[in-house]
Amino acid sequence: MRTWHKLSLAATTTAATASLFAAGPAGASDGGDVEISKDREAITIVGSSTVYPFASYVVEEFGVTTQYPTPVIESTGSGGGLKLFCGGDGMDTPDITNASRPMKVSEFERCQDNGVDDITRAVIGSDGIVIANSVKGERFELTLEELTRAVAAEVPQDGELVDNPNEYWDDIDSSLPHEEIKVYGPPTTSGTRDAFEEMVMEAASEEVGYDGAYSKIRQDGAYVPAGENDNLIVQKLTRDTEALGVFGYSFLDANRDRIQAARINGVEPTPEAISAGDYPISRSLFFYIKNGHAGEVAGLYEYVELFLSEQMIGDMGYLKEEGLIPLPAEQREEMRKAVLSKERLTRSQVEEDSQ
Amino acid sequence: MAAPNLKAEKRTRQRYRRERRFKALCVGAILLSVAFLVFFFTDIIQRGYTAFYQAEVRAEVTYSERTVDLPPAAVDDEVRPFVSRGWLRQLPDHVEADPDLMGQTVTRWITADAPVGQYLKGQYSELTEQEKAEVDRLREQGQIRLAFNTNFFTNGDSKMAEIAGIKSAVVGSVLTLAVTMAVAFPIGVMSAVYLEEFAPDNRFTRFIEVNINNLAAVPSILYGLLGLAIFINFVGVPRSSALAGGLTLALMTLPIIIISTRAALRAVPDSIREGAFGVGASRLQVVSHHVLPQSLPGILTGSIIGLAQAMGETAPLLLVGMMAFIPSAPEGVTDAATVLPAQIYTWASMPQRAFDEITAAGILVLLAVLLTLNATAVVLRKRFERRW
Repeated sequence: MRTWHKLSLAATTTAATASLFAAGPAGASDGGDVEISKDREAITIVGSSTVYPFASYVVEEFGVTTQYPTPVIESTGSGGGLKLFCGGDGMDTPDITNASRPMKVSEFERCQDNGVDDITRAVIGSDGIVIANSVKGERFELTLEELTRAVAAEVPQDGELVDNPNEYWDDIDSSLPHEEIKVYGPPTTSGTRDAFEEMVMEAASEEVGYDGAYSKIRQDGAYVPAGENDNLIVQKLTRDTEALGVFGYSFLDANRDRIQAARINGVEPTPEAISAGDYPISRSLFFYIKNGHAGEVAGLYEYVELFLSEQMIGDMGYLKEEGLIPLPAEQREEMRKAVLSKERLTRSQVEEDSQ
Repeated sequence: MAAPNLKAEKRTRQRYRRERRFKALCVGAILLSVAFLVFFFTDIIQRGYTAFYQAEVRAEVTYSERTVDLPPAAVDDEVRPFVSRGWLRQLPDHVEADPDLMGQTVTRWITADAPVGQYLKGQYSELTEQEKAEVDRLREQGQIRLAFNTNFFTNGDSKMAEIAGIKSAVVGSVLTLAVTMAVAFPIGVMSAVYLEEFAPDNRFTRFIEVNINNLAAVPSILYGLLGLAIFINFVGVPRSSALAGGLTLALMTLPIIIISTRAALRAVPDSIREGAFGVGASRLQVVSHHVLPQSLPGILTGSIIGLAQAMGETAPLLLVGMMAFIPSAPEGVTDAATVLPAQIYTWASMPQRAFDEITAAGILVLLAVLLTLNATAVVLRKRFERRW
């Protein structure tokens, strides 16, 4: 009884002091909001989950090899990152946002409205989206048209759109195997799905015979949205040897013993083919820098310089091992020059990018 | 006499049969859940235990002006392809920490590149056949070995699997939970004491009661949204910090603490309160001298369970920015931090195969911590609980 009394007293006192202590900084930052953020030392980075593995590699290297503090990087998705980035010019907004698609005009306008008008855009390389299956199965050869016919919700038949009747691959073309169509791919929230819809379906719409761009994916079970984690798709493919999967190139590279990539329009997804643009399903990866913060946050452009250096994004760079597809050499050089001179992003550039 | 007996006996037999069937079903249910648990544990342990040891290469490391500028030059051509780049990168730091090293050549075991470890552990490795033969040869010569993986406990996150560790996530978790408990425990206990001991039983207090019970069942992601709106956007707590995460989790843990504290207080028999009042104690004295000390084991048990729940939470922390890449451990509650479950999630989505085992090892550590917390709760309850 007595010990409990003491214990309870001790517990409540420590808890009370601790709560005061915890309330201290919170209360202080209430009034001195700007003051505290001005002291911010580390660069803050948000944005795309596709760019995240590459950017965090650079972040780690930057933290270890320079005197600057390790930047804080968060994976928020391209859209989420641009929303935070364009939210204002204050020190409580991120300095850099990564994106696996170019900034949209609407996002550019929002940036301008919130006083973020001096932005520099950098391209770090490309990311190929591969269509792969288990090494135990037969290697696929597909065209964008065949792929569209396999996954579209509706296909044109005799001049009108009907529900996709294709059940087996050889329903589409007799040269394809008699295997059930089953494609594990990203869910609607994923940027990879947007890219797949745009670069496969919309690109092939006209040839297939749609009236305009068509990007609706079937929901009758032939296309299985398999979650944001590409490792899960790879695991499913090793078990379901007849199925195909849609995911980023780096996952193909790390799992060569289990899966093989289909040739699309006759082109195999090799780094060279993706970089040169021969492989049809690839996209550029970007990051955007808030130049208003360049003087305020120490090391901002040193980080950018490290990211764009040959040792990172070059032909023999570290990020290539992580699965990044480097840009051609001259483009890298040109881009480096433009970014390091803090070239300002213009509206016409944004419009051109988003086409 | 015989006929009705027969009928009754039949009914009895039927009832027994039904009982046995029901019992078998219950046993089946337990066996099924045990089977799931066993499957889960063996799977995780099987995949994770290899992460606790890793490949090391014995090399002569030369510390000189040149090798500080160009660390790969510090080791022999023979072993260079197998040495971790993450380790070499720290070479200048070694010299900074111990200037005497300059100009010396030291033979030491250094961390090997992840594919070497993967190969030695019999997993898929990116090494070429030629490199594999070379690794085998070096291993026979005693130049390459598998040793305990200290990096996993002394390092923070890294993009290089061989030097990635849980330290920063563990420190982040501790800081976050410290904030959570510092806020949720006193507020929760005081609310419960008021509701149970002081408040009159009227419509208003019953309304509060119903709401608290409801809050305990609210999906945790909603607390994340609330935390984002209040603590980050309104109060201005730094994003991604342990403070932001801890306060958010405190909101989530509060109802659990209030409910368990009230239950513990209610378990103290009224005779104790009446006895104290009888000798002239004030209400505060009754509560702080008698009721609270008696109910403390129950309160602590409830709080620890709430803590364990907060420990495994990820969804609300995602929204306040704690799903971040943190290579070095945070030093205070306002530094950017991440927590164990978030760290595991990040590792699970890495393409490199070496992260498979690290993910599983992270899960093992998290499970061990949760098991310890829950065991503490059980011990507290068993040792100090009083039956009236």
